[in-house]
Amino acid sequence: MTNKSMTMAKALNEGLRRAMEKDRRVLLMGEDIGKLGGVFRITDGLQKDFGEDRVIDAPLAESAIVGTSVGLAIRGYRTVVEIQFDGFVYPAFDQIVSQVAKLHKRSEGVYTMGLVIRLPFQGGIGAIEHHSESPEAYFAHTAGLRVVVCSTPNDAYWMIQQAVEHDDPIIFCEPKSRYWEKGEVELDQPPYGLFDAIVRRAGTDVTVVAYGSMVKTALRAAEVAADEGVSLEVIDARSLSPLDLDTMAASVEKTGRLVVVQEAPPTASVGSEIVAALSERCFYSLRAPGTRVSAYHVPYPPSRIEDAYRPSVDRVLDAIDRVMGYDQ
Amino acid sequence: MIGDELIQLLTPEGERIPHPEYGSDLGRDEILGFYRDMVIVRRLCNESTSLQRQGQLALWAPLQGQEAAQIGAGRALAPMDFTFPSYREHGVAWTRGVPPKDMLRIFRATTTGGWDPQRYRHSLPMVVLGDQTLHAVGYAMGIQRDGAQEAVMTFFGDGASSQGDVLESFVWAASFNAPVVFVLQNNQWAISEPTSLQTKIPLYHRAHGFGFPGVRVDGNDVLAMYEVAKRALDNARSGGGPTLIEAYTYRMGAHTTSDDPTRYRVDAEVEVWRHRDPIERVKALLAREFGIHKVTFDEVAAEAEALALQLREDVLAMDAPDPTTMFDHVYAEPHPLVEAGRREMIDSQSGGGH
Repeated sequence: MTNKSMTMAKALNEGLRRAMEKDRRVLLMGEDIGKLGGVFRITDGLQKDFGEDRVIDAPLAESAIVGTSVGLAIRGYRTVVEIQFDGFVYPAFDQIVSQVAKLHKRSEGVYTMGLVIRLPFQGGIGAIEHHSESPEAYFAHTAGLRVVVCSTPNDAYWMIQQAVEHDDPIIFCEPKSRYWEKGEVELDQPPYGLFDAIVRRAGTDVTVVAYGSMVKTALRAAEVAADEGVSLEVIDARSLSPLDLDTMAASVEKTGRLVVVQEAPPTASVGSEIVAALSERCFYSLRAPGTRVSAYHVPYPPSRIEDAYRPSVDRVLDAIDRVMGYDQ
Repeated sequence: MIGDELIQLLTPEGERIPHPEYGSDLGRDEILGFYRDMVIVRRLCNESTSLQRQGQLALWAPLQGQEAAQIGAGRALAPMDFTFPSYREHGVAWTRGVPPKDMLRIFRATTTGGWDPQRYRHSLPMVVLGDQTLHAVGYAMGIQRDGAQEAVMTFFGDGASSQGDVLESFVWAASFNAPVVFVLQNNQWAISEPTSLQTKIPLYHRAHGFGFPGVRVDGNDVLAMYEVAKRALDNARSGGGPTLIEAYTYRMGAHTTSDDPTRYRVDAEVEVWRHRDPIERVKALLAREFGIHKVTFDEVAAEAEALALQLREDVLAMDAPDPTTMFDHVYAEPHPLVEAGRREMIDSQSGGGH
């Protein structure tokens, strides 16, 4: 087995490179992705190696980036779109929800909308406004789309390749606060399926489901909780549509307690769906109400105070205390 | 109002008039073919309106008045070209070979699509205004990458011309020199809103601001529409980039069968345009220049009548699909929520449960 240590940003870059080498119909399109390599350098060097026809610097209009990718998909191309920041995806919302999500259905299977929309999302990087949002629920709510989130370099490397090869449109969420963290990438074969949730840390007392940036937060909470004698099982959801409820339910049936950690606000969120779905499935196993640890129902705050908005290890531990105390 | 730059080759009276840049050397059979197309699509359109009035369609968007704009542009296409319509392009769909009954499936609300868009190289009706123009430009970018000698044509209206997606598609088409022809059917009305609310300059002028040519054509002159569209398509195929064609025409009927135009426009205006009818002028030309007799026109009318009756029969035979088909093709690959929904519906249909 060949392993290599790299950052998530580099892993995405290497994954995209491999996807482009494998299939000449794979294109990249986005703002500043060519010479600059993208504002996060995810596409660094790819235009130089694959040319301007395959790594397309787009004029600044998100709806057109997605809309022309739809036309390219009808022509048989597979475009990996980079939306520069989460908060800039909304001009493309109509094309994503009304076109990307529906044209396979409307054409009765004739059009394959195999495009990938990469979305650097979540906060924690000290940015100005519109650069730190968590819009995943809008897309998870929409039939016809799939939504996945990487949280490690290894997942980033493999999931981006799996997403490109998949025939359905995929919103590919990248936790930008983790771009520069290093991890081991297994270069030989993908360890998991694209839509599998995985247990990042085994435990017995509380199931903690997280995704993206919050996986690391949940794992830190698990370390602290272990010192206090509480064993957390941390599940990385990885896929938000579809949700791998089997993996989550198996854990909840074992632990009897569920906490979901997300950077998004709580109302009508992916966390809400996980709690509702597992309450339906695991009602008799639950010893406490499924509990969400979320951001607040306010716009993303100025980043000088974002740490008070994003769930912290302490807020996760508070929730652990609540669910542990429920049947005491 | 129409302006000096209107390209017209055939007057409303059916007289040919010379144009410094465009001419037409189409023969008897081609012009008679256009006449036949226009008579048929108008007859099918009227039948569809009747079907809606009789409760057989959920909605219908009549094309009456715009036959020449659509047939002229549609007949200029080569077989391998690809078209991205809005929702009123029944005439274009006809030129692409889409069976009329398939055009009506979406209006009978038995599908959200209607036909195989790759087979006819004609994409599906687009109800969200202007979205299709971006698909057209993207498709054209694919043609460039394939090195193919093909072009794309996309259709939208004066109302949609205000949509951001349309203007973004102009930017993309210009920046990438995409082989696309934009056909803007300016039918003067966006439901109740006049074109003057959408623009303060002639719409075809907008193209110049984006860096590609725009022309205004008498959209009720099928010869002019054909010649201008053909040249724009040839130009696109040979690497010359995009063109905007403003087909200056008129929506003779309502926006859709849910609309009541008497609330916002006067009969006198409609009368003016009735005298500019796209079909009558071609009929006059055919009679005078090619000596075509009444018997031929009657044959065309009879053919249109037969197609209308067939359409009625086909529509009445269209039943609601099995409800479980709503789960088909939502995704290309299996999705657990879709499969769970399908199972639940099948179970409840088979009387399971309580």
